[in-house]
Amino acid sequence: MTRAGSVRILVAAGLLLSLEICCRSGIINMTTMIPPSEMLGAIADLARSGRLLKESLPTFRNVTIAFVLAVGLGVIGGTVLHSLPRVRRVLDPLLASYYAVPFFALYPLFVVIFGLNDWPLIMIGIVFAGVAVVVSTLNGIDRVPPVLLKVARIYRMSRTAKVRLVILPAIALPLFTGIKLALAYSFIGILAGEFILASAGIGHAIAFAYDAFDNRTMYGLIAFTLILVTLMNMGLQACERLLLKGRSR
Amino acid sequence: MTLVREQGSPGSSGPSARPRELAPRSGPATVGASKLHAQLTGVTKLFPAPSGENPVHALGPIDMAVERGEFFAIVGPSGCGKSTLLDILAGLAAPTDGTVVFENKPISGAVPPGIGVVFQEDASFPWLTVWDNVAFGLRRAGLERGETTKRVEHWLRFMGLADFARAHPAHLSGGMRQRVCIARTLVLEPRMILLDEPFGALDQQTRLLMGDELLRLWRATGATVVLITHAIDEACMLADRVGVMTARPGRFADVAVTRWPGDRDSRIVSDPSFGQLTGRVWSILRDESIKAIGHAEGDIGGRSP
Repeated sequence: MTRAGSVRILVAAGLLLSLEICCRSGIINMTTMIPPSEMLGAIADLARSGRLLKESLPTFRNVTIAFVLAVGLGVIGGTVLHSLPRVRRVLDPLLASYYAVPFFALYPLFVVIFGLNDWPLIMIGIVFAGVAVVVSTLNGIDRVPPVLLKVARIYRMSRTAKVRLVILPAIALPLFTGIKLALAYSFIGILAGEFILASAGIGHAIAFAYDAFDNRTMYGLIAFTLILVTLMNMGLQACERLLLKGRSR
Repeated sequence: MTLVREQGSPGSSGPSARPRELAPRSGPATVGASKLHAQLTGVTKLFPAPSGENPVHALGPIDMAVERGEFFAIVGPSGCGKSTLLDILAGLAAPTDGTVVFENKPISGAVPPGIGVVFQEDASFPWLTVWDNVAFGLRRAGLERGETTKRVEHWLRFMGLADFARAHPAHLSGGMRQRVCIARTLVLEPRMILLDEPFGALDQQTRLLMGDELLRLWRATGATVVLITHAIDEACMLADRVGVMTARPGRFADVAVTRWPGDRDSRIVSDPSFGQLTGRVWSILRDESIKAIGHAEGDIGGRSP
């Protein structure tokens, strides 16, 4: 493990230990927050009862669909938008201020359009995550060295071959930043949507536990979500390192 | 059109042998029709300017012809349209006016098969290893795996990259990355190689040695080479003919016939007539460069206005 990795683990362990001590010693009221060890116990109990799997499955299914579609549509959208400079100029202000728009307000509209099923939630995830990928794709293509595009012409590549063989590999680094953001935004979109109106999922279960003053379950589910998202991001980072291996000195 | 090209026969004299005549001769930018490999006729290039302004006249009209198997170098002041000329010859840019013919076929809107281009910038694919970079074009062409391996290994050896086949370009020096790009071009066995200031980013010693390598591969392939360079010594050392361009809009002010022996190498720079040749090219280029940077000659000379 690298020195930075070791320091990171030490800092996280230190924070968790401090939280544990603060909760156990009464500095933090146990009705406000439970100690991390209790959270882990709650996760174990939820897993044993089968509730963890039951609540997680719809959430992860929806997050996966939203994430995959956000990445796919984001890359396609970014590439198409880059080839249409006039349209891009029109949309640039919207892209710049996109995350200032409260997209959760669209949830009722999505329910009207898609009905009372998982698709309004998935749509929230896509609109929240997709633009991060569009922006990173645009930034990436802007920085592709023009000489590589000339090389593509020398090999008489079609437009799709040029995107597949030159542009996508060339923008892998900024694109991966967008993909990591898309994963986080997909989770935020889906979980927040489940808080508002859903009959299943982790977000719904957290909101239900909150309303029922069931702190142990609520913090257990929150801790579970944090651990899982962190592990997924670490997985993406490992993929990124593997993909970009050899590219830098 | 007349062919004005005299060259010492290969083998008749050593690499540092003197040319038959000390005084370099002028020749037209055209060659005999039977040996014609590429030809530009009345080529002009105008770039659109911001609204309300006149378009920028970058190039021409230019008439130029390159003989099959010839080494033709082009020098000119900054911004005279050298790279634009190469882009037009490669089919990477369309002329505003005039025609471009390669192997008796007009070039229009696409790079024709048989032309390879090496750029000044590092054009290697950083996500591929040296081996995969060199094999890229062959794989695209669907060449059989055994033949691909044979050709890639040959050119890696030729360019001195065999020990770095599994390295990524980021782990190579600038000169080695440029050799990867040259190998990637040569592996496709182009009949005409266009080089746009390929050694511009390298130091003087490396440039001289890369020049030797370029001469070696020119002799090995028999391909026609058109080299764009800002280095007069490089052009005069490598080429059979050196085209000197004017300030923008670029035209040929002169074409010098070097008449070096075919088996020359960088040691030719110590030949007395080399100085004569570079001196003559510089005398034309100096005036054009002064025009290009917009100074009066007196200013360049350091006199007070």
